[in-house]
Amino acid sequence: MEFRIDRRSGVAAYQQIVQQTKQALRLGVLLPGDRLPTAKEVSQTCAVNPNTTLKAYRELEREGLVEPRPGLGTFVRRSLARPQAGADSPLRTELAGWMDRAREAGLEREDVTALVASVLEERYAGSTVAAANAEALGTPGARSTGE
Amino acid sequence: MSNGMGLGGPAVESAIEAHGLGKRYRRGWALKDCSFRLPTGRICGLVGPNGAGKTTLLGIAANLLEPTEGTLRVFGAAPESAEANRRGAFLAQEKPLFRRFTVEETLRMGRELNPGWDQKAAEDIVRAGNVPLGAKIGTLSGGQRTRVAFALAFGKRPDLLLLDEPMSDLDPLVRHELMGTLMAEAAEHGTTVLMSSHMLTELENVCDYLVVIAAGGLRLAGEVDELLAAHTLLTGAKAGEGLPRDITRHTVVESRVSGRQVNALVRPDGPIDGAWQTDTPNLEELLLAYLRVPDAPPLISPSAQVTDRAGKAVAA
Repeated sequence: MEFRIDRRSGVAAYQQIVQQTKQALRLGVLLPGDRLPTAKEVSQTCAVNPNTTLKAYRELEREGLVEPRPGLGTFVRRSLARPQAGADSPLRTELAGWMDRAREAGLEREDVTALVASVLEERYAGSTVAAANAEALGTPGARSTGE
Repeated sequence: MSNGMGLGGPAVESAIEAHGLGKRYRRGWALKDCSFRLPTGRICGLVGPNGAGKTTLLGIAANLLEPTEGTLRVFGAAPESAEANRRGAFLAQEKPLFRRFTVEETLRMGRELNPGWDQKAAEDIVRAGNVPLGAKIGTLSGGQRTRVAFALAFGKRPDLLLLDEPMSDLDPLVRHELMGTLMAEAAEHGTTVLMSSHMLTELENVCDYLVVIAAGGLRLAGEVDELLAAHTLLTGAKAGEGLPRDITRHTVVESRVSGRQVNALVRPDGPIDGAWQTDTPNLEELLLAYLRVPDAPPLISPSAQVTDRAGKAVAA
C-alpha cells in the first residue's frame, strides 16, 4: 500500500491518507491484519510531515478501522467492503435509475455532481465533518505540544 | 527559562525561544522585537519576503550573528554554548564547503568534529545521488554540493536542524527525494526543523508549525492547523459603499472588492452574520495574504507565545 498525495487537490494531506485507506478497505486492497506503512515510510516516499500520517491513523483508529500495536506498527482491524454497496445491490440499482432520469431531464455531469454533493451534505451533515473540525482545532497528539 | 513548571506554562521544551530579539545593520533594523517559541519536535516553516530577516534569525540561532537586542535560546542554552553547538546544525543558503576537499574528506571532517556523527546516514545521502566519494567539492554540480551539505548536516544527528532556503537550487526530483529524507529523519529521531523557504505550496504538507516575518517583525507564529482554523475566507456581494459591517466587525487581514463582489480574509470575532460563503483558507492563501499586507495584525498562537519571568504571556 502506497499513498499518493495530490498537492493541488485542495484536500488536506491527512484526509487524503484517510480517504485512500478507506478506499483500499472498501476495495479489499487492505484486509484485517494488514500493516499500514509507517509514518517514516510515508514521509520518505511522499515527502510529507510525519504528523500528517499519524493524524490520519489516529482518525482511522477513532473510527475503529485500524489499531496501533506498540513497536510493531498500525494494523487494519476491519474491512469496509459492504454488501449493501455492492455492484448488484438494490441501492446501487436505484441510484443508477435516478441518474438515468437526471440525464433524460437534461442535467449535465456537473449538475448531477453538485446535486449529489448538496443532498449528501444535507443528509450526512455532522457525521464526519464534526470529527474533521475537532481535529482541525488542534487536538493534542503524539508529536504535538499537548497543552 | 520557562520549562512548563509554572501554571499554564508550556508543557513541551522549547527548541528555540526568542525574547524581544532584534538585529540592526548599518542600513537599519533587519529584525525587531521578535518574541516566539518553537516547541521541540516541530517542522517549522520560516516565511517572509526577501530581506524580511529570515537569514538573520537563522544566523542568530546558529551563532553566526549576535543580536543587537533581546535574547535567543536554543534548548534553553545560549547559541554560543557548547550545548547549543552540539545539538544544532545549520545549512546555509550558499552551502559553504571546502572546494579542495573530496566528498570523503568532507564527511571525515564531519566525523572528526562531531562526537555523535552518523557516518552511514551521511554516506546514504551522498550515495543516493551517485556523488563519487573521491570527487573534489569544487568539481561538483550545484545540486550535488547541496546534497553533500545535507549529508554533513544530517550526519551530525542534530536535535535542531536550521535550513536556509535548502531546496532552492535543486531539480524537482532531488528536491522531493531530499525532502522525503528530511521528513523521514524527523519521523525517526523527532528532530526539530526550522526551514526558510519561498516555495509556499511545498511547505503545505511539510510544515506543522509556522513563523512568518515581514518588514523585520513577527506576523504569524504557531501550529499550522490552529493558524488556518483561526481564519475564514468570506465571499459575497456588497450592498452600500465600503466594506459591509458583517466583515468589519471581525479582524480583517485582507479584503478585495471587484464590482459587487467582496473577498475577505478575516479572523472571526464571533459568528459570521449575513449571506457569506465561508471557506477555510489553505496555507498558501493565508501566507500570501499576510505577505501582501505587512501591517495586518499579527497572530501568535498560544503554543508559540513566550512567557516573561512573572509567567505572563508577552505580546509579540
